[in-house]
Amino acid sequence: MAGITGKDEVLTQYARRLETLEAPKGRSLTQDALRRLARNKAAVISIAIVVFIVLAAFVGPYFVPWGYSEVDWTSIRKPPDFAKAHYFGTDQNGRDMLARVLQGTQMSLIVAGVATIVSVVIGIIYGAVAGYLGGRVDALMMRIVDIMYALPYILFVIILVVMFGRHPVLLFVGIGAIEWLTMARIVRGQTLSIKEREFVEAARAGGAKPWTIISRHIVPNLTGPVVIYATLTIPEIIIAESFLSYLGLGVQEPQTSLGTLISFGAPVAEVLPWMLLSPAIVLVTLLLCLTYIGDGLRDALDPKDR
Amino acid sequence: MSEVLKVEDMSVTFDLHDSEVHAVREMNFTLAEGETLAVVGESGSGKSQAFLSIMGLLAKNGRATGRAVMGDVDLIGMAPKQLDIYRGKDIAMIFQDPMTSLNPTLRVKTQLAEVLVTHRNFDKQAAIKTSIEMLERVGIPEPVKRANAYPHELSGGMRQRVMIAMSLLCQPKILIADEPTTALDVTVQAQMLDLFKKLTEDFGTALVLITHDLGVVAGIADRMMVMYGGRAVETGKTDDLFYDPRHPYTLGLLHSTPHIAKRTARLDPIQGLPPSLEHLPQGCSFNPRCAFAFDRCHAERPPLTEAGEGRQKACFYEGAMKYGEVA
Amino acid sequence: MLGYALRRVLSAIPIALIAVTVCFFVLRLAPGGPFDGERALPPTVLANLRAHYNLDQPLVVQYLIYIWRLLQGDLGPSMVIDGFNVSQLISIGFPFTLTVAMSAFVIATVIGVIAGMIAAVNQNKWPDYVLVLVVMLGVVIPNFLMAALLQLWFGVYLGWLPAGGWVAGSIPHLVLPVTVLAWPHAARISRLMRGSMIEVLGTNFVRTARSKGLGQRLVLARHAIKPALLPVVSYLGPGMSYLLTGSLAVEQIFGLPGIGKYFVTAALNRDYGVVLGTTILYMFIILALNLIVDLVYAWLDPKVRYR
Repeated sequence: MAGITGKDEVLTQYARRLETLEAPKGRSLTQDALRRLARNKAAVISIAIVVFIVLAAFVGPYFVPWGYSEVDWTSIRKPPDFAKAHYFGTDQNGRDMLARVLQGTQMSLIVAGVATIVSVVIGIIYGAVAGYLGGRVDALMMRIVDIMYALPYILFVIILVVMFGRHPVLLFVGIGAIEWLTMARIVRGQTLSIKEREFVEAARAGGAKPWTIISRHIVPNLTGPVVIYATLTIPEIIIAESFLSYLGLGVQEPQTSLGTLISFGAPVAEVLPWMLLSPAIVLVTLLLCLTYIGDGLRDALDPKDR
Repeated sequence: MSEVLKVEDMSVTFDLHDSEVHAVREMNFTLAEGETLAVVGESGSGKSQAFLSIMGLLAKNGRATGRAVMGDVDLIGMAPKQLDIYRGKDIAMIFQDPMTSLNPTLRVKTQLAEVLVTHRNFDKQAAIKTSIEMLERVGIPEPVKRANAYPHELSGGMRQRVMIAMSLLCQPKILIADEPTTALDVTVQAQMLDLFKKLTEDFGTALVLITHDLGVVAGIADRMMVMYGGRAVETGKTDDLFYDPRHPYTLGLLHSTPHIAKRTARLDPIQGLPPSLEHLPQGCSFNPRCAFAFDRCHAERPPLTEAGEGRQKACFYEGAMKYGEVA
Repeated sequence: MLGYALRRVLSAIPIALIAVTVCFFVLRLAPGGPFDGERALPPTVLANLRAHYNLDQPLVVQYLIYIWRLLQGDLGPSMVIDGFNVSQLISIGFPFTLTVAMSAFVIATVIGVIAGMIAAVNQNKWPDYVLVLVVMLGVVIPNFLMAALLQLWFGVYLGWLPAGGWVAGSIPHLVLPVTVLAWPHAARISRLMRGSMIEVLGTNFVRTARSKGLGQRLVLARHAIKPALLPVVSYLGPGMSYLLTGSLAVEQIFGLPGIGKYFVTAALNRDYGVVLGTTILYMFIILALNLIVDLVYAWLDPKVRYR
């Protein structure tokens, strides 16, 4: 999770700008940023491509002639063949690569989505509690975050995956469980600044319980940061997932993911290059687009930087 | 007195995404040896950009045309490499914000000494020694200690003194000070102006003082140039302009400045806002805010013309102007 | 400066201790153990083995024993590879890993800083566009994929370099692995450097430096580079740890004899000793790197020292 998108930097800056604004303006800051993003050609094209890939991954399998685990005994290890509708060729078992790439993309996207949701939920709860309670509890909780930052993530994921088995769901949880640190920091900062505002003071004076205040007043103000966080986190998780799958620790046969496909394609790339290239092109395109969107978001949030 | 800088037809333009903005238009003036010229105007009047362009420090999207002749060289359009021969040696500049104008990662002495090493071929030790003497001269106590300090360890006034020392190391012919006192405490402002006056006299340096504050101008400037909407609208001796302004904008400025308007009980700010440089009004740029404007002012732009006694103005109105009619 | 360094060292100690504790308990609380092999061992043998490695003791006692040994520099035995202790395995594999990671680190940092500067100085001209594209590819292509593509292109199609394997002391065998490791690192550094350099070039103090007529080279070298390096330096610590963990995978892919081989096998076999030992080693390296980075940072930015 090598921070390909500079997530920390972008979000910290964004949170700082939010803090200096009044509550209702926070929303317009996000709207402003989105409007500016819409003017960034690279980002808009990237969004279109990502939407296309997502649609293809989820809807495409219903339209391609072959299933992802269906074996065509008449074409094994064959290059792309339009007559037989193997547009991306077939693998050693005669399975259609296009169907497998679509299924793999779908799996990679699901893993990324679920892991992001897990990390957002943990991050919001942790950060909101720390920020709301404040004082010594806050100091302790943030110290723990600092310590976890110091741990080598990927080692930790490997350990978790190995120890808890190889079920994809556990993979989601494992990755999500260590990705929440940045989110927690942002949410805590937000909470600290929001809880001093009049409307929260008023709610507290009116006898609202802490949990009510957090869920009613603090969480709704986090929409902007969550959107940005998710955009920047998804590519990182896609990389992490594909890396684990590549090591053989991730998604297992007959299901597949982009990483798994690449790991099967790499050893035979010399003779069956389409097996490596087709998942590789999808992965790189997806990541490249997500990175351009992330860059676009950063520029949109900080227009002076251009 | 001989002139050290002659500016002719200088214009500064900035390219924006789909348009261009003329920050300065057809500026003409001369600067005599050792004199102090105040350039006065509201923010956005182009006063800073004019002098940044002479120093070759315009932002990337800016370009200057015309001539700014110093001695026998024209500084406008000169390659940066060529310009570096003169910048810091014959013409120096001090900026508005002393907090950010010094490099936070280098000691004060390093930032001073490099000027002498670059322009006077001093060796490092000699340069530091001379720098410390200059620090003492600008009134910095314990100059050796301050020379070894980093900028963030000094107060704002102290930093601006360092900037002054730095700009005067090579005893330049021209010193441009862009709002040098704006960011400082009022008490420090007066000291700083005295320092400017004394040092420029000692070194025979001509001073260009860019400011929006007429209070600063009063005590120090020999001549002044009032700018509005990217153009000079009135120039002349400071006293002449103060006691007998001929341009309605100058008059307005005087009446919106506390000390000078003490004849009256209340201040009388100029109505309206400074114009946007992208959409200057037809005719005289000042006409929407001018109490004396008549038909011709809306149709034609008044040129800057001689108005006797070494002064110039850009206004068609020839009648008497009384305070109170400005707005 | 010395006081600052001392304070930083002291504050790293509790973090290290807590991190060791967390790793220990996470590993031990997970189901499965080193002796859950394909075939079940006879109960007596298993009991003997468990007693031998203190696995029959309460977890807290095992923890205290582990910490006590750790303080004496003993990382304990390997529970799967017979007759080797963890320190031996590390001393066999780690020097190689470190060599590969360090060469990638140095090469990539130098290239990244220079590329970032060139891009910043030529902002929005062709050298900038070319560099941004190369950098983007480096950032988005995961290392295992880049490895596969480079192996295919340079190793198989062009046949310029060995596609994998290891011959002691052979530099050509290291070119592809080091490139795979270095590219993303150089890419991230040049991105950081480009951004911060552009920002610094627009600051007032750089304008002041230009107004002094110092010349482009001195303005860049003395006034711009040092402040522009700040974000780069704060990335070097995490960057080195990415390189070290990344080299685990790269060694695996290229079949190099580093510590990565032992680590992945050990994790699959639930070899507590090796996994914990490697993790702790990496953690200490990361903490040490962060410490060094903090100190360099303090040197670059005088303001930090007084906080």
